[in-house]
Amino acid sequence: MIIQLIEFLQRHLKKVIVACWVLLALLVIGDALFVDKEHAHTAAEHWVGFWSVFGFLSCLVIIFVSKWYGHLGIMKSEDYYGDSDE
Amino acid sequence: MNDLWLHPALILIAGAVLVPFIKGRARTVLLVLVPALAFGRVLSLEPGTHGVVRFLDWNLTFGRVDRLSQVFGYIMTLMCILGTFYALHVKEAANHVAAWFYVAGSLGAIYAGDYLTLFLFWELMAFSSVFLIWLRGRRQSVGVGFRYLLVHTVGGLILLCGIMLRYQATGGDLSFNLLDVAHPDLSTWLIMIGFILNAAVPPLHAWLPDAYGEATVTGSVFLCAFTTKTAVYALCRGCAGMDILVPLGVIMAIYGVVYAVLENDARKLLAYHIISQVGYMVAGVGLGTQMAINGACAHAFAHILYKGLLFMGTGSVLYMTGKSKFTELGGLYKKMPWAFVFTLVGGLSISAFPLFSGFVSKSMIVAAGFSEHRNTAAFCLMLASAGTFLHTGLKVPYFIWFGKNNCSPETYERAADPPWNMIVAMAVTSLLCIGIGCYTPFLYSKLPYPVEYHPYTAYHVSETLQILLFTAVGFFLFLKKLVPTPTISLDMDWFYRMSGRAVRWFARAPVQAADEWVSEFYRFTGLAGLMAWARASARFDWDAIDGVVDGFARGVRGTGDRLRHLQRNQLQANMFYAVVAIVLMVLTYVLI
Repeated sequence: MIIQLIEFLQRHLKKVIVACWVLLALLVIGDALFVDKEHAHTAAEHWVGFWSVFGFLSCLVIIFVSKWYGHLGIMKSEDYYGDSDE
Repeated sequence: MNDLWLHPALILIAGAVLVPFIKGRARTVLLVLVPALAFGRVLSLEPGTHGVVRFLDWNLTFGRVDRLSQVFGYIMTLMCILGTFYALHVKEAANHVAAWFYVAGSLGAIYAGDYLTLFLFWELMAFSSVFLIWLRGRRQSVGVGFRYLLVHTVGGLILLCGIMLRYQATGGDLSFNLLDVAHPDLSTWLIMIGFILNAAVPPLHAWLPDAYGEATVTGSVFLCAFTTKTAVYALCRGCAGMDILVPLGVIMAIYGVVYAVLENDARKLLAYHIISQVGYMVAGVGLGTQMAINGACAHAFAHILYKGLLFMGTGSVLYMTGKSKFTELGGLYKKMPWAFVFTLVGGLSISAFPLFSGFVSKSMIVAAGFSEHRNTAAFCLMLASAGTFLHTGLKVPYFIWFGKNNCSPETYERAADPPWNMIVAMAVTSLLCIGIGCYTPFLYSKLPYPVEYHPYTAYHVSETLQILLFTAVGFFLFLKKLVPTPTISLDMDWFYRMSGRAVRWFARAPVQAADEWVSEFYRFTGLAGLMAWARASARFDWDAIDGVVDGFARGVRGTGDRLRHLQRNQLQANMFYAVVAIVLMVLTYVLI
């Protein structure tokens, strides 16, 4: 059952991707038009799609800062400590 | 005991002592029954102070039952039921014995009303949980276990120093209550450091990924729940409102996320996310308001379940395939579909998706941060929550069940959904994660303070969905950046691993060189005279003494040899028996 569902989605990957983009657009539009922002904590949160941009940028910051940090010499071969057998 | 008060930990200890002697079907019954009895006992506890025992000059309180200890007691014993069920197929009794002693330690610490009792059970946790690492039985397990024990022994000593200083400063008051966090003295700092070491606050955190990545499949399910969350309990009790915990918690939340990007081992990645999630709780404790403490407790409750579920899911992959590294897995959705679904539920729960447990708990802490006008801290926690979804919600399921199939033919052949008991444990835990997310009173009614928080407002749902779904956009756009590489990441354990190595080098190189030089010098100067003297005395020795001594020496050597064989390679077992014996002696002494 699960496998069939996954394979169904994989067969229609293009449609799934389009549906996802539509969903994202609806989310931002719905947030702008219908959501009461009276309880927002800061002024910035009233901007349209603030949290969408926040989420996307957070993701990029985490990926790139972590990779940069890792390449400063933090990432080493698995045998670095000499005890990596199975 | 001066009143007949049955400690829930005692049920588990009694069960643990019985396990090795009971085999077959009866063992299965015992494994289900004992945690259920402990859970039932927790449910039946009456609020108040119980189990007060006079010990030398002190009154030890084993049973302080209030709303704070009850919420933790409830979730710990519930997790014990689930974890033991997940481990039902494990034949080796030591696994169950160690796990139950470990849970007993956690329960003992939670219901402890004074620092001595707390310390006793605190150490029981460390010394029993290390067996969950050693029992993995790989060459490196021994080293990992000793590092784990070393760090926790140091943490225990720091805690003990704090307790002793406090004992001196207060003129003999050992009761375990809120410390003077507004004017902390040295004893307060030391006790706090002892607690945050167990909560894995950087830079005292490296023991956690080191140990939890190496523990047995079922051992990690226990480890991920008890040590850090018992520490969160202790912080809630003793250090609520200690301001330094807010920045420390935020650093934790982000630190764990950064290392999770770099991590190639699925279980180590999850371990780094424990650090990240416990960061929310530590920050909540630092805020110290009723809402924040509620949030910390709620998040600990939810976290124990979804993190247990995630370790069950990735553990089942390790159990079936023998692999836990992304670079040796991938494309398993056809082989292990149920493990995938349950892990995904765990991933959505930890990511705080609406209708899953993390949503109703994590947001409470962030909201408490905003309402205290700690906006920077709250925004940093929001940023970390994007990272949580990025890794646990997306990276873990994607690179194990989809993505490029890196499995060797044997690995792929071996992969299949795990035994029925593992599936049932994961299914029940999944249902609990969803249930907590959908029906908030189940969790909120157990929290220490009354709850006036409503997670399901349009604004909060919209905010969360935007953050999470746009994080998913980032994930798929930069998927190539996130492909795991077969590397390890250096962490704070580098310092003690390398200093250990330096001592070994020193012993090997300079000390050995000096030793050789002295021997050489001796050979040239002293040897000739010595040889003559030796020849003379040897004659006396052969003729007179040998006859007498030989018989005795043979006897001693034989005994020594037998002892040596008994000791060799069984250090862990010997330590285990010693610890069990000590615990039993102390308990007997205290209870009688």
